[in-house]
Amino acid sequence: MSAPPAASERPPAPAKPPRRPGDVVFSGLSTASAFSILLILAGVAIFLISKALPVFGADPAEVTGGEGFLSYVWPLVFGTLVASLIAMLVATPVAVGIALFVSHYAPKRLGTAVGFVIDLLAAVPSVVFGMWGFQVFAPKLVPLFGWLEEHLGFLPFFESASRTGRTLLTASLVLAVMILPIVTSVSREVFLQTPRLHEEAALALGATQWEMIRTAVLPFGRPGVIGGTMLGLGRALGETMAVAIILSPGVFTWNLIDTGNTTVPAEIALNFPEAAGLRLSELIAAGLVLFGITLAVNLAARAVVERRAEFSGAN
Amino acid sequence: MSVETEPTARQRKLSEIEGVDLDTVRASSNRQSYIVLGLAVVVGALLWLLGLHPALAVVLAFVAYLVIVYAVYRSTAGSRVAVDQVARGLVLGAFVLALVPLVSLLWTVIVRGGATVVSPAFLGQTMNGVTGLQDQATQRDGAELIGGAYHAIIGTLIITGLAALISVPIGVFTAIFLVEYQPKGRVSHLIRFLVDVMTGIPSIVAGLFAFALWAVLFGIGTKNGFAGAVALSVLMISTVVRNSEEMLRIVPNELREASLALGVPKWRTIAKVVLPTAASGLASGITLAIARVIGETAPLLVAVGYARGLNVNPAEGPMNTLAVYAYYMFTKPLSPGYREPSLDRAWAAALLLVLIVVVLNLSARFIARAFAPKTGR
Repeated sequence: MSAPPAASERPPAPAKPPRRPGDVVFSGLSTASAFSILLILAGVAIFLISKALPVFGADPAEVTGGEGFLSYVWPLVFGTLVASLIAMLVATPVAVGIALFVSHYAPKRLGTAVGFVIDLLAAVPSVVFGMWGFQVFAPKLVPLFGWLEEHLGFLPFFESASRTGRTLLTASLVLAVMILPIVTSVSREVFLQTPRLHEEAALALGATQWEMIRTAVLPFGRPGVIGGTMLGLGRALGETMAVAIILSPGVFTWNLIDTGNTTVPAEIALNFPEAAGLRLSELIAAGLVLFGITLAVNLAARAVVERRAEFSGAN
Repeated sequence: MSVETEPTARQRKLSEIEGVDLDTVRASSNRQSYIVLGLAVVVGALLWLLGLHPALAVVLAFVAYLVIVYAVYRSTAGSRVAVDQVARGLVLGAFVLALVPLVSLLWTVIVRGGATVVSPAFLGQTMNGVTGLQDQATQRDGAELIGGAYHAIIGTLIITGLAALISVPIGVFTAIFLVEYQPKGRVSHLIRFLVDVMTGIPSIVAGLFAFALWAVLFGIGTKNGFAGAVALSVLMISTVVRNSEEMLRIVPNELREASLALGVPKWRTIAKVVLPTAASGLASGITLAIARVIGETAPLLVAVGYARGLNVNPAEGPMNTLAVYAYYMFTKPLSPGYREPSLDRAWAAALLLVLIVVVLNLSARFIARAFAPKTGR
């Protein structure tokens, strides 16, 4: 039996005779670790704000775009929100379908295997998704965009089609693939927790499998699905590399199938390596805004998921 | 408490539930669904032969399948069974739909990167001194590929290793605090809340934090491996805490009580009883956390920068990592006119990353299963 590495690293014990020194060290270490999380988060906020401050005091004409920080950042925020919302709308029904497949349709062995494959999808680095989206997925979407332009061109979203496929819609669809795993795994978890008795009661009353799912599983799992969806939204909001690679960025436009638009994280990743001076503060301030948005979304998601945990009879 | 036994009352209640239709269900054979499936495949093949885009043909065939299933089951078994079968088709369809991008992605990565990833140049050389001219020679004249990702592989190992060194002790001890010292109460509630907040930090924001911290400590624009490790730790700690907490929580209380009852101090109980019992789970959780951050690009792009050559000193100057390497090779090829060698390197790096992640995930599963404490009675 080997002692875990963490335990062997403890510094010499302070002298406190009444208590066992080992206990003091151990509880001290774990308390310190717990509070270091508070420190780190405070650090994230403080250092970002301190580096972002110059942009708020700067002459609006010096900020990129020439009209101050707000008018610089809102198109970015808007692009981020649009891309993430599309991703969420596309991913949620598919994710619920997969979760139901794993929890109620597939045989148990197949379900476990599918769970593993979905986890794998979650682990693929985002830069790989970006490369795939750029080289494989985007060209495949070009005919679809052409069709949309031809038949739905009267809508502002589909006015003119890109020839490369490197558009906000492409990026959104790749984001949808990327957030599938998190939405799926949260939904799967709650579906599996549906009280057995509810399901059996529904079946005993003569419900078909789908009726059982509609009357027992889905109502029980709804808060979990909503929470998972919002966690996915939080992921999509902060996703950087896939968008940075796929999207050919530009100014804000309603048109989803042509080049243009960009998102906050992509803007930062594309411009940060060459940035200096005020531009740095600008990008850090944009990062701060992104942090605020994802924080709000994630907290709302947690609140929804936790409310379910309190009221469900499963625990 | 009275139990309602009147049949009409019960029936009314059941019918009030949305989605429950009280039509009778008639017997039907399962063979129908196979026939319908065959029909749909034929429809799809026909559409494809008529010159439709294959993807469109598949989608239309799927719609045709749903329509025919509905019609057939409605006529033989009633509308409720028909709806049930359509729902089954949709659920299966969602599953297959999700497999398409995954298979396509893995296929692309393997096909594009497979040849380069095993070449000694890719694994053994850095990009030092490699310019567009060499790439031009490789693509145009068929010269051997020069320049690889050796420095990026080493950089990935160093930075991820440092990140693990920072986050594993903090994460595991925080989990110990949450499970062993303060399982309830306001403090642990706050810490759990903060861990949740941390889980939601976008990776690029973690990179900006490391950059800003280093700017304050060492002067603006300082980029080195330690900054990257700090950025990754911000992303990693929350995962380690959550996984470890879960694992410590499932250690049976009887073990702790038995140890404490024998007069063993609390810290020895934790170090000698709780942690070894949970060891496999902890190791698997940590492995998963490493797998999560090893492919991160954005924070390293911001905090570490980009190096062409080997740099093994994380305290000094930019380093390279596989993900950033892939990104740069993909978006900024050495020679704009002769992109192929750079793209090959990018895909090889991507394949290597995917392989690492898969191996880490598999070994996490293996560790969890093989070294799990025996639960037999």
